Amino acid sequence: MTIETTAAQSAAAPAASAETAVMTYSEAIRDAMRIAMAKDPAVFIMGEDVGTYGGAFGVTGELINEIGPERIRDTTISELGIMGAGVGAAMTGMRPIVEIQFSDFTAQAMDQIANQAAKIHFMLGGAVNVPMVIRAPGGSGTGAAAQHSQSLEAWFVHIPGLKVVMPATADDAKGLLLSAIDDPNPVMVIEHKLLYKTSGDVRVGDIRTPLGVAAVPREGKDLTIIATGIEVSRALEAAEILAADGIEATVVDPRTLKPLDSGTILRTVKETGRVLLVQEAVRTLGFMSEVSAIIAESDAFGYLRAPIKRLAGLDIPIPYAPKLERASVPQVEDIVKAATDLVREW
Amino acid sequence: MTIINTPIAANPELAASSLETMWKIRRFEEAVEDLYGRGLMHGTMHLSIGQEAVPTGACLALNRDDYITSTHRGHGHCIAKGADMERMMAELLAKETGYCRGRGGSMHIADTETGNLGANGIVAGGVPIATGAALSAKMRGTKQVAVSFHGDGAMGEGAWHEGVVLAAMWQLPVVFLCENNLYGMSMSSEKAFNLEKLSDRARGYGIPGVTVDGNDVQAVYDATQEAVDRARNGGGPTFIEAKTYRWRGHSKSDKNLYRTRDEIDEWRGKDPIPLFEAQALAAGGLTQADIDAVRDKVRTELRSAVQRANAAPDATADDLLSAVYAR
Ligand SMILES: Cc1ncc(C[n+]2csc(CCOP(=O)(O)OP(=O)(O)O)c2C)c(N)n1
Ligand SMILES: [Mg+2]
Repeated sequence: MTIETTAAQSAAAPAASAETAVMTYSEAIRDAMRIAMAKDPAVFIMGEDVGTYGGAFGVTGELINEIGPERIRDTTISELGIMGAGVGAAMTGMRPIVEIQFSDFTAQAMDQIANQAAKIHFMLGGAVNVPMVIRAPGGSGTGAAAQHSQSLEAWFVHIPGLKVVMPATADDAKGLLLSAIDDPNPVMVIEHKLLYKTSGDVRVGDIRTPLGVAAVPREGKDLTIIATGIEVSRALEAAEILAADGIEATVVDPRTLKPLDSGTILRTVKETGRVLLVQEAVRTLGFMSEVSAIIAESDAFGYLRAPIKRLAGLDIPIPYAPKLERASVPQVEDIVKAATDLVREW
Repeated sequence: MTIINTPIAANPELAASSLETMWKIRRFEEAVEDLYGRGLMHGTMHLSIGQEAVPTGACLALNRDDYITSTHRGHGHCIAKGADMERMMAELLAKETGYCRGRGGSMHIADTETGNLGANGIVAGGVPIATGAALSAKMRGTKQVAVSFHGDGAMGEGAWHEGVVLAAMWQLPVVFLCENNLYGMSMSSEKAFNLEKLSDRARGYGIPGVTVDGNDVQAVYDATQEAVDRARNGGGPTFIEAKTYRWRGHSKSDKNLYRTRDEIDEWRGKDPIPLFEAQALAAGGLTQADIDAVRDKVRTELRSAVQRANAAPDATADDLLSAVYAR
C-alpha cells in the first residue's frame, strides 16, 4: 500500500484570504493542541507515552518541552482508567484530550466511552456536560495486523451522545480538532495512521473546520463518490484517472460522521444521479450502509439512474501480509473500476 | 468542614444531624420499597437499608464542593451529600421535576450542586471518574477532594484497578471508600477475594488502607477525615473498607438463596441507627426527646416529599432528541 494523499490535500484548500503553511497531518494536530492549550488552561492531554516519548505516532512530539508534564500527562497503560479520568475531569471543569495509541484499544475503554461519556449529559437530565476529546488512530496499511488496524467508526456513530469526526486532510485535522475541543460533548476524533506523515496547506492560527459540514473537494457531473478517512484521498486520485477517461466525478468527504451533513450528500447525489460509497471499514453495517439508507429514503432516490454502489473493506480481520492487507480494503484501482462500471453500465 | 475533635455522639448539633441523615436514608429507602411493592414505582431499585452509617460518617468529613461518585446502591450517598429528597423521589417516580427529568432513574441520580457526580449503573464505573475529578481539582488548584463510594464487588473490576493505579501514580486527592456489605449480588466478598481484609490490597497499590466498622458513624467519620486531610494536604489517595451489611435483597429479584436467615438477623441486631442513638444518649449529645424529635421531623419531611413528588408533572418525551447533546 502506498500513501496517496496529494490530491486530497490540495482539494481541501482553505478560503483564499486565509494565510496557510505546509504542514504534515500530525504537525497540524499538534498545532491545534498547542493553540488550544495556549488559549485555555483547562485543556490538557493525557495518554500513554504522550510526554517525552512524544506519542506512539509522534503526534504530541515535543509539546512536553513547551507545556510541561502537568498538562502533557503520561499515564500508565490503563485505557479504561484514562478514559474514566477524562470523564471525571471533563465533568468538573477541565477539557481533556485523551490519546489512545490505536483505536483498537478503545475496546478496553469502551465502558467509559459508551456507558459514561456518551450518556452522562442525557442521563443526568442535562445537568452536566462531558467536553472531552478522544484522539485515536485507525485504519490499515502499516502491516500491524488485525488488532492494530481496524476502522471502528461505526461503533461510535452507533452511540448517541458521541460526535465522531474523521479528518482526511492536514487542514481538517487541525480545524476539526479545534472544533472538537470547543464542543461541550465528547468527540471521537479518528485519525488515520497513513495520513500522519502526509502534508498539505494548513490555515495558520486559531482556525476552525465546523463539525457537521461536509467537504466537496471536487465537482463533476457523472457520479458522486462519497468517501471517508483514507478513502477520500484514494477517491480524489481515482477521480483524476477517471477524468482522463472522460468521467467527471464529484467527491464528497463528510468529515463529521455524527452529526452528518446529509444535505450536501443528497444535493450532490441529485446533481449526478449516480453514487459510489467508499469506506475502509468492513462492509456489513458500516457507516456507508447508513449513508446508503439515507439516500434511499430521501427524495434523491428518484434522481438515481443507477443502484447505489458500496465499496468497503472485506468482512475479515485485517491480515498481515502486505498483499493480503492491500486486498482487504478499497484501493484507487477499485474505485476507478467501480465508478467506470457505474457510469458505463447505467 | 472543620475537624471535629469531640465525639459526634457528644456534640448536640452533629449528633442530631447525623441521626437525621441516617433516618432520612432509612425512611427514603422504606418509602421506595413500599411504593415499589405497591406497583406505584417503575424500574428497579437497590436499597441501602442497614448501611446508613457509611455515607453519613463519610460525608460528615466532606465540604459541600467536594466530589463524590456513587453506585447503583446510591440513594444513601446522595442524601448524605445533601440532595433534596423530593427531587430524588420525583426522579424515581418518573417526574419532570426529578434530578434527571425522568431520564436517569434510581441508578443515575446526580446532584452537581452538592458535588455528587452521579450514581452509576456500571459496577466500578465511578471509580476512575472520581480519579478524574480529583485530577481536575488538583490541576485547578482548588483543594477539593473526591470520594469514590463503591461496593466490594467493584473490586473485581478492571476499572477499579485502573482508577486506583492512576490516582496512586499522581498522588491525587481521592478516597476510595469500599462499602463491604459482604456480597456482590450473591458472591460473598470473603469467597471472592483471598484477603483477610480488603484494605490489605491497598499496600499493593502503594497507598494507605484501613478497615473500619461501617455501622459505626464515628469510625467511618474518623477514617474518612484522616484520608480527606491527607488528600487535601497533597498526601494522595487512601483506601477505606467499611464493613457493613445489606438487609434487603440485592434488588427486587433476590430470593436470598446465598445467605441464611440467621446471618441476616445477626446483622439486623447491629442496626447502625439504634447503635448511634445509644451512643448519643450515653455521651450526652442527645436526649430521648431529641431523638424522638429527629425521627418525627424526618417522617413528616419524607411524607411531604413523597406527596409533592407525586403531584409533580410526569416526565415529558417532547424534547428527547434534542437532549442527547449539550449545546
Ligand atoms: C459492569 C457490571 N457488571 C455487572 C453488573 C450487574 N450488577 C449490578 S450490582 C452488582 C453487584 C455489585 O456488588 P457490589 O459492588 O458489592 O455492590 P452492592 O450491590 O453490594 O452494593 C452486579 C453484579 C453491573 N451493573 N455492571
Ligand atoms: Mg457488596
